Amino acid sequence: MTSSDAIVAITGLDKTYKGGHRALKSVDLEIRRGEIFALLGPNGAGKTTLIGIVCGLVRPTGGTVIADGHDIARDYRAARAKIGLVPQELSTDMFETVWHSVNYSRGLFGKPRDHAHVERVLRDLSLWDKRDSKIGALSGGMKRRVLIAKALSHEPTILFLDEPTAGVDVELRRDMWEMVRKLRQQGVTIILTTHYIEEAEEMADRIGVIDGGEIILIEEKHALMAKLGRTKVTVGLTAPLASIPSSLTDENLALSDDGDTLVLTVAGAEDGARAAAELVKRLTMAGIDFVSVDTTRSTLEDIFVDLVEKKRP
Amino acid sequence: MNIHAIRAIYTFELGRTLRTLFQSLASPVISTSLYFIVFGSAIGSRMHTIGGVSYGAFIVPGLIMLALLTESTANASFGIYLPRFTGTVYELLSAPISAVEALTGYVGAAATKSVVLGLIIACTARLFVPYGIVHPVWAAGFLILTSITFSLFGFILGLWADGFEKLQVVPVMIITPLTFLGGTFYSVSMLPPAWQTVTLFNPIVYLVSGFRWAFYGQADVGVGFSLGMIVLFMALCVAIITWVFKTGWRLRT
Repeated sequence: MTSSDAIVAITGLDKTYKGGHRALKSVDLEIRRGEIFALLGPNGAGKTTLIGIVCGLVRPTGGTVIADGHDIARDYRAARAKIGLVPQELSTDMFETVWHSVNYSRGLFGKPRDHAHVERVLRDLSLWDKRDSKIGALSGGMKRRVLIAKALSHEPTILFLDEPTAGVDVELRRDMWEMVRKLRQQGVTIILTTHYIEEAEEMADRIGVIDGGEIILIEEKHALMAKLGRTKVTVGLTAPLASIPSSLTDENLALSDDGDTLVLTVAGAEDGARAAAELVKRLTMAGIDFVSVDTTRSTLEDIFVDLVEKKRP
Repeated sequence: MNIHAIRAIYTFELGRTLRTLFQSLASPVISTSLYFIVFGSAIGSRMHTIGGVSYGAFIVPGLIMLALLTESTANASFGIYLPRFTGTVYELLSAPISAVEALTGYVGAAATKSVVLGLIIACTARLFVPYGIVHPVWAAGFLILTSITFSLFGFILGLWADGFEKLQVVPVMIITPLTFLGGTFYSVSMLPPAWQTVTLFNPIVYLVSGFRWAFYGQADVGVGFSLGMIVLFMALCVAIITWVFKTGWRLRT
């Protein structure tokens, strides 16, 4: 059974390529309407295969996908009309103008000509001034925008972004994040795959981690951070200690090899700042002088690496 | 029926032709003109008439057929190979269109271009030699059917090719020789009897012969046979393409 707010419902999806490689192993996944979902995973984890199946590029070996109420195999016309895809590769019609290419995409997806809509899309992506330029003459970042414009030309309700900011400079990346948020506000559901954990951390509402063709985790981003995140309180000591004094003994407190630094690790949802204050108080009471206190929260990247590492034998 | 998609593909492909107008139309016209100068005027003036038709006029249908076959194959193959090569085929595969619709767009555009090219060559030929067309409706029928059939064949070639070399090999190594040996410049009856039999295994003989019958009312083989051959080849191409789309061969992994 799929929950009523699922815009994409994937059930038991399986893909074995001709060579025998099993890229997806009975994947179940539900994407909620209106959310930004980030699919993380190392190279070869099955991200692009998963997207390829939903978008019609790859034939599944088993399982079903329902996109906005339509089965992608039985009712492919209705399903595909709802989906926009921005591929990972910068595949463009080099000799076409931006304007023609985007209008072509709209027609291809069965929509009548609507120059006002195409103009809006191009303006939103800062491509309007480039509408008469040949795509081959544009920079990599601009080409990426053209691909996004093409994917949005037919007003999809579901947008797949496969590694949207690969090879894009920092400024453009920020712009793109902004654009993705704007699209979400307009009601578009966004599924992105990324290598950049920072990207998922910045944008996603929920995060799925895929590895070896299996979804190993799906979680709200904040819940994930709270559940699996760590806060580290690092205290730089004025004079090195030989060992942790008995008054401070705590299973989460560690002394560095050179005795210069004390590190307190606070797990999950516990309040890291409070724990840091507590530690400082105890150090003062114990008469241990220190020169610095530093608090760091683990990133999604640490969580991701931890998860993938744990799973491997 | 996704009419918008068919129109998008059709106009996109024709737009590509317009962008490369010189290469698309001017070069076949120039090469055909050269054939007329060399074969029609220089050599033709020393040749006897064939079945009451001057040699210059005799080669007109064959030359149109030659251009039609090579250009239809080349255009349609390039039309589908290019997106495969650049990767933009992802868009076609993810679009809500059926195989028939995609084929109509691609093959329709390639065939349209060939028909226009055929008409231009017919007009160009008229500048060199006077000729009339006895069965204009049949001539138009052969022109359109051949364009569509060889565009379908080109589409298959564009799917099969995994490099530009393969794309070139079939038109240059197979289509052109078969057309030259298919009675473009001579009547099959002018060959020694043994070669006449061999020639009948060349399918292009039937196309050239049928087309020439439409022009001058005389043919090497019966016109019904010519029509049957072209319909058979068309059916074969459609069957192969249906299989391709069904299995996703070279398109979907």
